Amino acid sequence: METKAFQKIYTKIDNITKATVTLKAKGVGNDELATVGGKLAQVVKLNGDTVTLQVFSGTENIATNSEVVFHGAPPTLKVSDDLAGRFFNAYGQPLYGGAELTGEEREIGGPTVNPFRRKQPSELIATGIAGIDLNNTIVTGQKIPFFADPDQPYNQVMAMVALRAKADKIILGGMGLTNDDFLFFKNVFENAGALDRIVSFVNTTENPPVERLLVPDLTLTAAEYFAVDKGEKVLVLLTDMTLYADALAIVSNRMDQIPSKDSMPGSLYSDLARIYEKAVQLPNGGSITLIAVTTLNGGDITHAIPDNTGYITEGQLFLRNDSETGKVIVDPFRSLSRLKQLVIGKKTREDHPQVMNAAVRLYADAANARTKLENGFDLTDYDERTLAFAKDYSEKLLAIDVNIDITRMLDTAWELFARYFTKAEVAIKDEFTQKYWPENR
Amino acid sequence: MKTKGRISGITSNLVTVKVDGPVGQNEICNIKVDGLEIMSEVIKVTGENVYIQVFDSTRGMRVGDEVEFEGHMLEATLGPGILSRNYDGLQNDLEKMDSLFIERGSRTEPLDYNSEWEFTPLAKAGDNVIAGDWLGEVMEGSMPHKIMVPFSFGDEYMVDNVVDAGKYKVTDTIAVLTDSKGEKHNVSMIQKWPVKIPITAYKNKPRPNRIMETGVRPIDTFNPLAEGGTGFIPGPFGAGKTVLQHAISKQAEADIIIMIACGERANEVVEIFAEFPHLEDPRTGRKLMERTTIICNTSNMPVASREASVYTGMAIGEYYRAMGLKVLILADSTSRWAQALREMANRLEEFPGQDAFPMDLSATISSFYARAGLVSLNNGKTGSVTFLGTVSPAGGNLKEPVTESTQKATRCFYALSQQRADSKRYPAIDPIDSYSKYLDYDEIIECLDETVEKDWVKRVQKGKTIVKRGKEAAEQINILGDDGVPIEYHDRFWKSELIDFVFLQQDAFDSIDGNTPMERQKYMFNYLLDICEKEYDYAGFEDCSSFYKNLINIFRQMNYSEFKSEKFESYKVQIDKAVAEKVVND
Repeated sequence: METKAFQKIYTKIDNITKATVTLKAKGVGNDELATVGGKLAQVVKLNGDTVTLQVFSGTENIATNSEVVFHGAPPTLKVSDDLAGRFFNAYGQPLYGGAELTGEEREIGGPTVNPFRRKQPSELIATGIAGIDLNNTIVTGQKIPFFADPDQPYNQVMAMVALRAKADKIILGGMGLTNDDFLFFKNVFENAGALDRIVSFVNTTENPPVERLLVPDLTLTAAEYFAVDKGEKVLVLLTDMTLYADALAIVSNRMDQIPSKDSMPGSLYSDLARIYEKAVQLPNGGSITLIAVTTLNGGDITHAIPDNTGYITEGQLFLRNDSETGKVIVDPFRSLSRLKQLVIGKKTREDHPQVMNAAVRLYADAANARTKLENGFDLTDYDERTLAFAKDYSEKLLAIDVNIDITRMLDTAWELFARYFTKAEVAIKDEFTQKYWPENR
Repeated sequence: MKTKGRISGITSNLVTVKVDGPVGQNEICNIKVDGLEIMSEVIKVTGENVYIQVFDSTRGMRVGDEVEFEGHMLEATLGPGILSRNYDGLQNDLEKMDSLFIERGSRTEPLDYNSEWEFTPLAKAGDNVIAGDWLGEVMEGSMPHKIMVPFSFGDEYMVDNVVDAGKYKVTDTIAVLTDSKGEKHNVSMIQKWPVKIPITAYKNKPRPNRIMETGVRPIDTFNPLAEGGTGFIPGPFGAGKTVLQHAISKQAEADIIIMIACGERANEVVEIFAEFPHLEDPRTGRKLMERTTIICNTSNMPVASREASVYTGMAIGEYYRAMGLKVLILADSTSRWAQALREMANRLEEFPGQDAFPMDLSATISSFYARAGLVSLNNGKTGSVTFLGTVSPAGGNLKEPVTESTQKATRCFYALSQQRADSKRYPAIDPIDSYSKYLDYDEIIECLDETVEKDWVKRVQKGKTIVKRGKEAAEQINILGDDGVPIEYHDRFWKSELIDFVFLQQDAFDSIDGNTPMERQKYMFNYLLDICEKEYDYAGFEDCSSFYKNLINIFRQMNYSEFKSEKFESYKVQIDKAVAEKVVND
């Protein structure tokens, strides 16, 4: 980002806040980049000659006479195959040395895909985790977040999903990632020998928070290069989107905007949608699948960030510690994959939808039985059986350390049905019961 | 001479312009940047400063860039060829855009100006006509598309001539009208109309007097939607709003369906694009796409055209209503529209109302819903716009401004409950909280007496009572325990579960269960009521629950079978037998 000879240098800044500076300048374009006292900044507001810039790394040490240079263009990323296997910071500069990027320079945060040119997602992504594959099947071109409390192992599960997903490229966008978690991702990818398929743009907790705002756009510009230009299946991991939204709130606050719910900017829905909607199944066979993490405060999904996210994404996955078995499971009640209907029973065995629903219903009956037990009521025979079923279901299917294919998951579910219930209690379409009930095979 | 101006300030998609001439509120203007013209709309004027919202990205725009004002508001282009098209919020035809990405400033024609239509005259020279009167018709698929006196014609006119039957392009003159001053006006097949102004070319607006069948049991039987009525579906995410709306769009007894995807997911629209061209309308046997127009402004498309999209959809609906057709408009989700209003109000630094929404939100919503309705046209025929919107309440809490404002403006309320969705009881329409005020309309009660059966509404109320008492019993059982309540409580609870599982729950993904015609609804509902009105002899509460669980299982198999087929009847025999074994004979 070096200064070019013909660029005009301004040296009189009028206002400085923690995240923005204001000065008088002419001929400046909206969204344009600038350097303020050596720090990268972007135009966020124009009012006559008055230009407001958001300084990504914070305004510490900027003086009213610091040099301001406008770059004449919005932020860009140079895209080429050179991206693969490398780690970058939130400005797209290489970490751990290595050559600067070469290739075509593209504006980040570019236009949206025409909905009419999109293809319907139809290829399932197998993860071996029954809480996902059986109950909440994920499809290429889908966008889905983990809703997790900070103490849950969401990054570990996400790394596991990423490696099993057989994507051509995995692009990690880290926002406010702790350095430890960043090194965890790096090690997992290295140990799996997958480094040449990985691209990472990382802002850690050691970096200034406003820098994070660039990470999703850089990540998705790289993803669009591999998916659109190369026709590859790209998996994008964004962690943690809550910290991204917090950075949005910081900037809007510094710009004196009226906050809406939970002190978030009124445009939060549109801001998040712009990112998540980059997930796409393309006509050339390429796709961008987006798995994100939204951390919650004490499981509260009514907070503006998870709430808006839930309305944008195609479902959400909840992790839970199952106290009965002591294992981490993907919660079958609160998790949902909206696109599963496109593949279950079509790309998977015909009985998949009904088996999935029956198992969840019986698991819900077990939860009711547990409530009865806790309230000191007698359990019926049926209650006892649902509790026994729930334990097995959790241990043999839901636990995230189980790694089996979907047909095996379905067979396991039928075995558990037959062990604990009558056909009427399971209540699945006759034709499937006749075919798959274990005694009949 | 067009008014011109230059940009004086930019905040996101709000641009301030200094102008050299007159401008109108909501006037359309174009910003010239990089050789492109970017469409915008005036939303506020203070002195020589005009505030405009830009229907596109403002990236790279500079102070001093030129703006040209067009002298009219945002208009829809109305004419034959709207059906089966896929528009964005500004009525650009998405199919005509060639590139994968929507490039900035891209515009496409909403209609096809080269194709020819087989025109049949309906008026003749010497007829006296006013705005909205029919001059002729063309067949748009299976729909007779009326060519009308343009809605903007305010005078009384005499028909000077109408062209003979034959093939014409939409821009050809098909009639000449003479106004009261003797001036002549040419009329073609297309007209333009400002989307934010209601089309009122009708005689009057009577109260709705018949229901619109949707094939969804908890709606048609429990809380019917009237033709020309309004309803809304609030629900937290994951409660099944979109699945329910898609089901209604496929099954509803309407001539024209307009689907407004307003700030929602692109993949949901892709689902319609992928499915509708293959699906048949069960009533006409023609492809569903032929009666459908999609207005699609997904969540990542510019927020200002999201606001425009609901108005564009409504104007198109009113246009077809004036032809004497039954139009159903589905908007998903009106909360995103309200949020678009909020984003702009916020940038305008208006004093905020509750949750930072603009103060006039409630008025904006109610005047929009008021555009729906059944109308009598000048020629005595009727047409209707039925409007069903979804609302996405923040945090699933119905005590928020958009839900509350919409509830005041609509007559049907289909509350989707998180609890029902969590236990996979779909559609998650809450049977207790939801209501249809149309069940209190004498006109509707009379209509149901005739079309379904005498005293139908009374039977529906009876069904509702059974469900309600069952839920109350469930609470008692939860507090006191299975043994702690008399057996009648279990009986009451399980009767409501029977109606819930068999009638109120419906598998939207099953071709038979997903769409239940009224005749079958009547049969099943009466059958269930008969069973619920009987008394049974149980050995204990476990016997009671297993009796109903068994019934529910057989009934569900029945729901998956063709109506009155051999399989259907065989399940009925099983049910009758189980009931006969348990019933108390008196």
